[in-house]
Amino acid sequence: MTWAPGSLAPRPGAAPLRRMLAAQTAAELKLVLRNGEQVLLSLVIPLALVVLLVTVPFITLEGTADGRRADFFVPGVLALAVMSAAFTGQAIAVGFERQYGVLKRLGATPLPRGVLLAAKTLSVLVVEVLQVGLLCAVGLALGWQPQGSPLAVLVLVVAGTGAFSGLGLLLGGTMRGLTTLAAANLLWFVLLVLGGVLFPLSAFGAAEPALSLLPTAALSTGLREVLQDGGTAVREVLVLLTWGALGLTAASRAFRWE
Amino acid sequence: MTAPGPALSVTGLVKRYGGRPVVDGLSFELRRGTVLALLGPNGAGKSTTVEVCEGFRTPDAGEVRVLGLPPTDPSLRPRVGVMPQAGGAYPGLRCGEMLRLVASYAAHPLDPAQLLERLGLVEVARTPYRRLSGGQQQRLSLALAVVGRPELVFLDEPTAGLDPQARHATWELVEALRADGVSVLLTTHLLDEAERLADDVVIVDHGRVVAAGSVEALTSDQATGQLRFRATPGLDLDQLLLALPVGCAAKESPAGSYVVEGPHGAPIDPQVLATVTAWCAGSGAMARDLRIDRRSLEDVFLDLTGRQLRP
Ligand SMILES: Nc1ncnc2c1ncn2[C@@H]1O[C@H](COP(=O)(O)OP(=O)(O)OP(=O)(O)O)[C@@H](O)[C@H]1O
Ligand SMILES: [Mg+2]
Repeated sequence: MTWAPGSLAPRPGAAPLRRMLAAQTAAELKLVLRNGEQVLLSLVIPLALVVLLVTVPFITLEGTADGRRADFFVPGVLALAVMSAAFTGQAIAVGFERQYGVLKRLGATPLPRGVLLAAKTLSVLVVEVLQVGLLCAVGLALGWQPQGSPLAVLVLVVAGTGAFSGLGLLLGGTMRGLTTLAAANLLWFVLLVLGGVLFPLSAFGAAEPALSLLPTAALSTGLREVLQDGGTAVREVLVLLTWGALGLTAASRAFRWE
Repeated sequence: MTAPGPALSVTGLVKRYGGRPVVDGLSFELRRGTVLALLGPNGAGKSTTVEVCEGFRTPDAGEVRVLGLPPTDPSLRPRVGVMPQAGGAYPGLRCGEMLRLVASYAAHPLDPAQLLERLGLVEVARTPYRRLSGGQQQRLSLALAVVGRPELVFLDEPTAGLDPQARHATWELVEALRADGVSVLLTTHLLDEAERLADDVVIVDHGRVVAAGSVEALTSDQATGQLRFRATPGLDLDQLLLALPVGCAAKESPAGSYVVEGPHGAPIDPQVLATVTAWCAGSGAMARDLRIDRRSLEDVFLDLTGRQLRP
């Protein structure tokens, strides 16, 4: 079989940005949802944690009835889920995409880098919608009684996504794939313990003010402030926005595409 | 569509790593609508050169113009197709998905289904990239380079690790690209590949051009002055020598394989050829595989770059 004359004649041109963004976002989403470790980290572990923490009282919260346990743990695990998707998952994916030369090759196609990053962000947001939907459904089934304004929650989640994405891109954009994998998983675990997901920050005594500046701690306490107490979490949003500004700036400076 | 100037021009290109020049004053030109093969031993600087042209590496000196523009000019991205020496696809995407994804970046892409078929990838279209064989990954990478219908393609060792069928499919694609006016720069270690595909060949060693020109020019002025053919063993060569011009030599070695040398080592001329075939006819012998030796590109290559193994 041969090529008909003219069938390969040059006809260069870039597709409309919207089409590239849609195709790239769909591809990024497929990659996340097909990747066993990512699904484990972003969906399975948070769901399992929420069920365990609420139903098995191996972490005692002073003076809490069953419903109160859910009120404490659901916001914490929501913060963990956002960290898993935007920071850990994204860092690992980017680290390996660089190592495999994917980002380099994409750099030689008409896909603008801005569109690539926008697609990554969109796919993280879609995963978060899934996470929030599932965690809220399970939480409600376990007797969770959320308070506060959904808008405040949205602001916190978006600010948290910015903070974690910046740090994830910084890590994945500068380290080798395996280094990123190790560092991102380690940080995930450290932040799970120190970030107010499992224990209230007050459990750490004198370290509390310092720990409260961690992005995970800011997101978990912020979400609790809104969902548990019906308050606003201005301080926490500011902490997250600061992380986001620092992380995204550093990432855009240091990011290496190969 | 007819823009003036070469598709690619490289002038005095220098690229150093740790002070050591790996590309050392390289100059060459790829004419529009032609195929240029960059040949050279391992580590000669071929990939480095190609990656500078692709805009991935910045040169330390010299000038590169791609379709008249600096290699990093964003407007080149849709116009240039790139096949890196290795890698460059999402391990978790299926073969067909990866091709359709890259096709979606282009305004007028080739039909991905047709490309998959032509490159023998239909069976593995639903296989994730990481589970493709090396040769299949290589073919997909080639498809990714051309799917956007570029004017110029860079192919870094497009047939490395391919089986003969896949190699022929690749050659057909390159020939069709050329026929349709696409300019192609490829690197290869296969001399027959360069001989078959390339209009021009640039032989690089230690980052410098050691020979350049058309395959014809590189090999023909190196004629060895030998005519070879096969026929029934035991033909009477003395009779042939009498008929040939003075100074010619002829021998049979091994049995049935004959070699005739031109007078005093001069190239075989039409007179010698006619004499040999007439003598065969007179002897009732059918000359098979008759050819006048040209030095192959391989001989030229080995003479220029030496026979030593590279580190
Ligand atoms: N990023 C780098 N850092 C340091 N040295 C490098 C780098 N890239 C290439 N080199 C060196 O430059 C030289 C040329 O490498 P290059 O990949 O261009 O060779 P090549 O001609 O493509 O070889 P091959 O036929 O094996 O593909 C090699 O000695 C290589 O070790
Ligand atoms: Mg190479």
